[in-house]
Amino acid sequence: MNRSGLAGMIAALALAVTGACGRHAAAPAELQPKAYGAAIVLVSGEKQVAGVGAALDQPVVVQVNDAKGAPVPGALVRLAAAGSVRFLPDRGLTGSDGQFTAGVSLGSSAGRYQIVASTAGGSGKRAEVRVEEIALGYRETLGQQINAIHCIRCHDSESTPERVSNHDNLKAQPHSFTEGAIMNSMSDAALVAMIGHGGAALNKSAEMPPYGNTLTPAEIDALVAFIRAVADPPYRPQGVFDASN
Amino acid sequence: MSLGGKIAAARRLLFGDSARTFGTLSVVLLALLAVVPAKDYFREWRTYQKGYLRLVSKRSDATSLARRFEPGVQQVWLPELGVVDRCATCHVALKESSLADVKTQPFRPHPSIPHNLSDFGCAFCHRGQGAATTVEEAHRSTKSWEEPILPARYLESSCGQCHLDRPAGTPLLNQGRDTLAQYGCVRCHTIKTLGGVTLAGTDDPPSLAHIAEKTSREWIAAWLKNPQAYAASATMPNFQLPDEDIRDISAFLMAQSTPYRAGTAAETAPAAAAADAAAQQEGASLYGESFCASCHATQNAAGTLVGGTLGPELTRVGSKVKTAWLADWLRNPKVYDPETKMPHYRLDSKQIGLLLGFLGGKTDSDFLGNRHFDAAPKAEIEHGQKLVIERGCAACHDINGVKKPDDFAPELTLVGSRPLAKILFAPGVPETLPDYIAAKIRQPRSFGNALKMPQYTLAPQQVDGLVTALLAQTEGAQTVPARLRVAARRPSDYHAAGKAGQLIEDMSCFSCHTINGRGGDMAPELTWEGTSVQRAWLVNFLKNPNTLRPALIRRMPKFNVTDAEASTLADYIMTVYQTPAFDRDALDGAHFTAADGERGKELFYGKYACQSCHIVDPNQDKGYIGPTLTQVGVRLNAAWIFHWLKNAQSLRPGTLEPVWNMSDDDARAIAAFLMAQKTAPRAEAARK
Ligand code: HEC
Repeated sequence: MNRSGLAGMIAALALAVTGACGRHAAAPAELQPKAYGAAIVLVSGEKQVAGVGAALDQPVVVQVNDAKGAPVPGALVRLAAAGSVRFLPDRGLTGSDGQFTAGVSLGSSAGRYQIVASTAGGSGKRAEVRVEEIALGYRETLGQQINAIHCIRCHDSESTPERVSNHDNLKAQPHSFTEGAIMNSMSDAALVAMIGHGGAALNKSAEMPPYGNTLTPAEIDALVAFIRAVADPPYRPQGVFDASN
Repeated sequence: MSLGGKIAAARRLLFGDSARTFGTLSVVLLALLAVVPAKDYFREWRTYQKGYLRLVSKRSDATSLARRFEPGVQQVWLPELGVVDRCATCHVALKESSLADVKTQPFRPHPSIPHNLSDFGCAFCHRGQGAATTVEEAHRSTKSWEEPILPARYLESSCGQCHLDRPAGTPLLNQGRDTLAQYGCVRCHTIKTLGGVTLAGTDDPPSLAHIAEKTSREWIAAWLKNPQAYAASATMPNFQLPDEDIRDISAFLMAQSTPYRAGTAAETAPAAAAADAAAQQEGASLYGESFCASCHATQNAAGTLVGGTLGPELTRVGSKVKTAWLADWLRNPKVYDPETKMPHYRLDSKQIGLLLGFLGGKTDSDFLGNRHFDAAPKAEIEHGQKLVIERGCAACHDINGVKKPDDFAPELTLVGSRPLAKILFAPGVPETLPDYIAAKIRQPRSFGNALKMPQYTLAPQQVDGLVTALLAQTEGAQTVPARLRVAARRPSDYHAAGKAGQLIEDMSCFSCHTINGRGGDMAPELTWEGTSVQRAWLVNFLKNPNTLRPALIRRMPKFNVTDAEASTLADYIMTVYQTPAFDRDALDGAHFTAADGERGKELFYGKYACQSCHIVDPNQDKGYIGPTLTQVGVRLNAAWIFHWLKNAQSLRPGTLEPVWNMSDDDARAIAAFLMAQKTAPRAEAARK
């Protein structure tokens, strides 16, 4: 094909492309960093738990530092994540305290979301920090609700003004459901048995009451789903084929 | 012409110069472009089905997965629900739970829910175009009569199409419906839920018929300017009124106000206790002892609200109410507002004086600013009345001379099915129904300054909840077959009879306790209280409530009842609030032996570890969830304890006590142990 042919082809392609993109708003002028940092660190907002698609309660706050660890104002931060995670905004310059704050809405399927906050270093190097958030589906949300009624007072050692923790009043110290090291070592069946039959029936402390006559099997399953959803480190069921798709 | 020549000629004809080249290529491209959608239309789902077979072929359970796979277009047809869904044509693995680890759509299995997918299809919950077989049309179509798929954050709204029963798995929907009722939305907008039941308000907007007795015109004006500046938790929205309108509305409200004690002379108000530090301290103690904070919040030094939400926030109450009114109110709030949730505390004049001093000190001079109004001319008052009518104030408040407007705002019964073609989108709002509803709630005036809808102060989660609740208001919800509807618990208008009934209303027991389906959930249900407790204990508790549940910050206040009143209430409770399930005297404590008690003690501390939640011996037990049992032997009846240990949920649904299903022997032994706990052992000083 001669050059004019090529040019025509490109023109036509360009036409088709602009036609297809016409619905989207024109991209905003690219933000230019005013300064560069050497490292980016998380300030707050990780490991939040929310329903699928929901906005997280707290924003994610990251900070860009220079090589000496001092905050860098005016550095460009970008946020990215797989899945349909939305950021408000998804990029911006750090403020006078070197920090960048963004609201986050999680994607539409339950599970963990890895948010990557990155900033370009002066020498063309890129620094990044990963922030994990957790989205609950229907079952996990149900489990969360039941936990809040029946379990949290013994299993969470933290008190709030509305809820005094009973954790330290117990001899056998129950574990928080986020303690993956403990929870992940129990199979689904072991969790169901512990919740349903209580500690005494399993040669554990009788301070763990049996809930088999109080909660339905579906509710106990929901509790297990919730425990799995919030465990840290994350729960990886054994013997499940991992489809690398 | 040689073949080469022909080609050369054709080449000249089509690509001879740039104009020709462009033209030719455009035609070719256009043709190609036309082919693509056509091809898509016929093939897209086939591609997914092939992709699925490739995906499963690598898995350990490939054979059974492949065997269950059904090729071709898959359709669910449920005429009763108006469902024609072909989603399973591409979402081939919805029911394959072994694919739980697959994250790629359209191959993910459906997360488990309490329903069978074949009973409801897909679009009834997810919306979108169920009958479409291309990705674009099924999910994203926004042609004027169609709706795109529902974003996951609002999915609970679909549960609300059948459920009015507050399922535990739909917290956002429940919260949204509560907000609709608590923020007065339903006082202007009619919202009929499934089965035709109209959502009713649960807020308690005050009557303004006697407002001049209660507060000043200056306060009304400052409040109208910005209700949240007075109380961060105020549910009254901001009407964004210009100052002249505020001047005239406040003038009218003062002018229409009538005395609320028409006829009877106001009792002389006790003087507010002198504002010295000691009196302030004493007033603060009385405020604390009376557990006012169970219902009323105040901002602490850090600016956070501490306290309940049943009554109004009191952070700046001293800048609002007139002392004479407050004294009357504290003496007996039912005189000013017979419907108020606030109990009649039976405070004496000294106590009222102390509270007047304490509450009167809660002022904020910034809030009132330097407003001062002189007497208003008639024209301003008349203009104020006109504004009050225009703005629909009487939809919430009783106002003399202004009729409650009917259907002041558009009905929202079907807002979840509103066709996009009928919606005027404000600039910058994405053109979908959820985004439209959210924008309307967040910033109603962005749709036009002349709109009457006021500006609310809501947290993002509250907006999500409201959008969820409103998206449940679909046409489908109005036509779901009756067998699928799950009704709300019927509101009960139970009233206790006679003198005791009057006392129960007077002390607003229903504000916190539920009896026979009516009442709040701040305190334990009392429907069968008479089976549960002993009369002597009850009389004493009514006169001098002590705290049974150490972990609660909301507690039973002391109402200063007389002996006669306590006795009337106790008689009624002991006679009327009885379970039909068993006889309270069926288990006679006199028959318990010391051996029974010993065995019960072992069971209590051993097999059942009751001390994880309850305290019997304060020197040793620490359980902090359930009531203290140090004197349970004078409080409860043995038969109640026995049945409680077997199945507490059947006696008080929703209690935290698990259902133990204990054997008769165990339950009897523990009852024996507990009935022996009659005097509180002295706690040694070490216990916190
Ligand atoms: C009265 C306090 C209490 C309540 C309420 C309670 N637990 Fe426990 N739980 C315990 C104690 C104590 C243990 C430790 C038993 C042991 O290790 O001997 C425990 C252990 C467990 C374990 C095993 C892992 C661990 O932490 O050691 C699971 C799982 C569990 N509880 C789940 C639940 C669930 C789910 C609920 C709510 C339905 C619940 N618990 C309510 C006290 C409680």
